[in-house]
Amino acid sequence: MKILVAVKRVVDYNVKVRVKADNSGVETANVKMAMNPFCEIAVEEAVRLKEAGKAREIIAVSMGPASCAETLRTALALGADRAIHVETDAELQPLAVAKLLRSIAAAEQPGLVILGKQAIDGDNGQVGQMFAALMGWPQGTNAYKLEVGGEELTVIREIDGGLETLRLRLPAVITTDLRLNEPRFASLPNIMKAKKKELAVKKPDELGVDIAPRVATLKVEAPAGRSAGIKVGSVAELVDKLKNEAKVIQ
Amino acid sequence: MAILVIAEHNNARLAPATLNTLAAAAKLGGDLHVLVAGSGCRAVADAAAQASGVAKVLLAEAAGFEHQGAEALGSLVAGIAKDYSHVLAPASVFGKNLLPRVGALLDVQPISDIIAVEAADTFKRPIYAGNAIATVQSKDAIKVITVRATGFDAVAATGGAGVVEALPVVSVDLGGSSFVGAELVKSERPELTAARVIISGGRGMQSGDNFHLLEAIADKLGAAVGASRAAVDAGFVPNDYQVGQTGKIVAPELYIAVGISGAIQHLAGMKDSKVIVAINKDEEAPIFQIADYGLVADLFKVLPELAAELDK
Repeated sequence: MKILVAVKRVVDYNVKVRVKADNSGVETANVKMAMNPFCEIAVEEAVRLKEAGKAREIIAVSMGPASCAETLRTALALGADRAIHVETDAELQPLAVAKLLRSIAAAEQPGLVILGKQAIDGDNGQVGQMFAALMGWPQGTNAYKLEVGGEELTVIREIDGGLETLRLRLPAVITTDLRLNEPRFASLPNIMKAKKKELAVKKPDELGVDIAPRVATLKVEAPAGRSAGIKVGSVAELVDKLKNEAKVIQ
Repeated sequence: MAILVIAEHNNARLAPATLNTLAAAAKLGGDLHVLVAGSGCRAVADAAAQASGVAKVLLAEAAGFEHQGAEALGSLVAGIAKDYSHVLAPASVFGKNLLPRVGALLDVQPISDIIAVEAADTFKRPIYAGNAIATVQSKDAIKVITVRATGFDAVAATGGAGVVEALPVVSVDLGGSSFVGAELVKSERPELTAARVIISGGRGMQSGDNFHLLEAIADKLGAAVGASRAAVDAGFVPNDYQVGQTGKIVAPELYIAVGISGAIQHLAGMKDSKVIVAINKDEEAPIFQIADYGLVADLFKVLPELAAELDK
C-alpha cells in the first residue's frame, strides 16, 4: 500500500505572529518557518506504518512557493520515500488544496492519505474532510490511534467528551490529533540521504485544477488586548475579590 | 432564502452549542430551519422547534444516521443545501468533521470558526491561534460556516414555535465507515464548553493524581476541569481536557488557571473568559499579563486553602 502524506509549511509555532501595519495579513517575511506540527505527526504515523510492514511507499506532498521544497526535504529526512511539490505563489484555499490532492491521488492511487487535523496558520481544519468527500472516501478525523489491517483500518478519534472508534474501508483519509504519536527528529545521515530522494515539481494548471480563491480576506487585525489586573496577597483576599468585586462566585 | 442550522445532539438531547449557532444564524436575515438527523431523535427535533426564532425543523431519522457519520450526513446536507443561502453548524468536533465535507460536495469553500457576522457574506474569524482576526468575504452562492459558540450568546431554548417536518429518508449510504464504539467520559461536572466556571491545571500540577486538588474545588464551584496542552502532552489528563488552540475554545464567566505558564496556544483558548484568575509560583509567567487576579504562590499550598476558604 502507498501512503500519501500532505505537509504544510507554516510560521513556526514558537513565533509570536504580528499583524502587518496595512492590515493585509500577518508578517511572514524573515520569520522562522517549519512543518506544521500536525503534519509532523502525519509523517511520523506513515513512517511507523511502513516500519510495521503495513505500507510499501510513502509519498509526501506539499503545496505553495518554492520554499516548500525545504519542508518536503524534512519529510524525506523523516522517512518519506519521495516527494511531490505543487509549486505556486498564488494563495491556496482548502478547497483548491483538496482538488489538487485529488488530482495527485488519481495518479498515485494511495491506499491511505494522512494529513494534520489543522494547520496552525489559517486554523481552517478542512482539507482532509474536503479531500475525502471529493474522493468519496471515508474519513477518520482527529485520530488518536490507528490500526491498519487488510482492506480496512480501525481509528480511534478524539471527540468532545471522549473517544470514538470507527472502522473505515480503504482507501481512506486520516487527520491526526496531538496524541497519535510523538514525532521523531531527523538524524543527520537521514538528512543527507533525503537530499538524494526524488522531489517532483508540478504546477496547478498541469494538474487541471482551478485554484482561484473563493473567499476574500478583507482585513487582518490584532485581537482586542486584555490588560493585566491586580495581584492578590492571599487565598482569602482572592475569594473575597471573586465574591464581592467580580461577583462571579457566591 | 432560508438558513439551515445543523443541530448537534446525541439523539436524546440538543447540544447547547446549537443555540449559539442559531444566534449567529439569526444575524444573517432569513427564516431559520434546523436539521436534526439521527435515529430515535424526535425529542431533539421537538426541543429544537422551541428554540427562539426557529421556523421549521427538518427531522431525518434513519438507523444509518444514529452515529451521525460525516459521510452519511454530508450527503444528506449537501442534498438539501441548494434551497438555502447559508448552512451553519457549531465549530465543535461534530461540526468540523461534517461541514468541510458538505462544502466539497457543493463546490464551496467553507468558513471555519466565525466569531462575528459583519454582513450576510462577511465574517470575522480568528487565525494563528487567535493572534490575528481576519475579516473574510465569501463569493460562493451558498455559505457553509462553522460557528464558534463563545462568539455568540445562545438564543433562548424556549419560546419558539417551529414546525417539525419529517424528511423522507430512502436509504443511507455509510460511505465505507462503520461505528464500532464510543468511550465517553462520564462526569457529574459540566462540559468544558458549556461551563460557567472552569479550573484548569498545567504542567505545574506535576502529575495526573494531583488533579484531584482541582476536582475538589471544581465540585465546590460547579466547575468543569480543564488542562493546558503541556499537561496533556505530559500525560496527566486525557486530550479532551485540553483548553487551547488545538483543544477547546472556552469563555466561561470565571477561568482559574493553576500552574499554567500561559503559552500563546493556551491563551488562544481562554482569553475571552470574563474573569481570569492565575495561580502560579513564577511571578514572571505570561499568564499574569492577562489575569484579572493573580496569586503568586505554590499551588500545592494554595489549592487546599482555597478549598477550605470556599467552604466558609
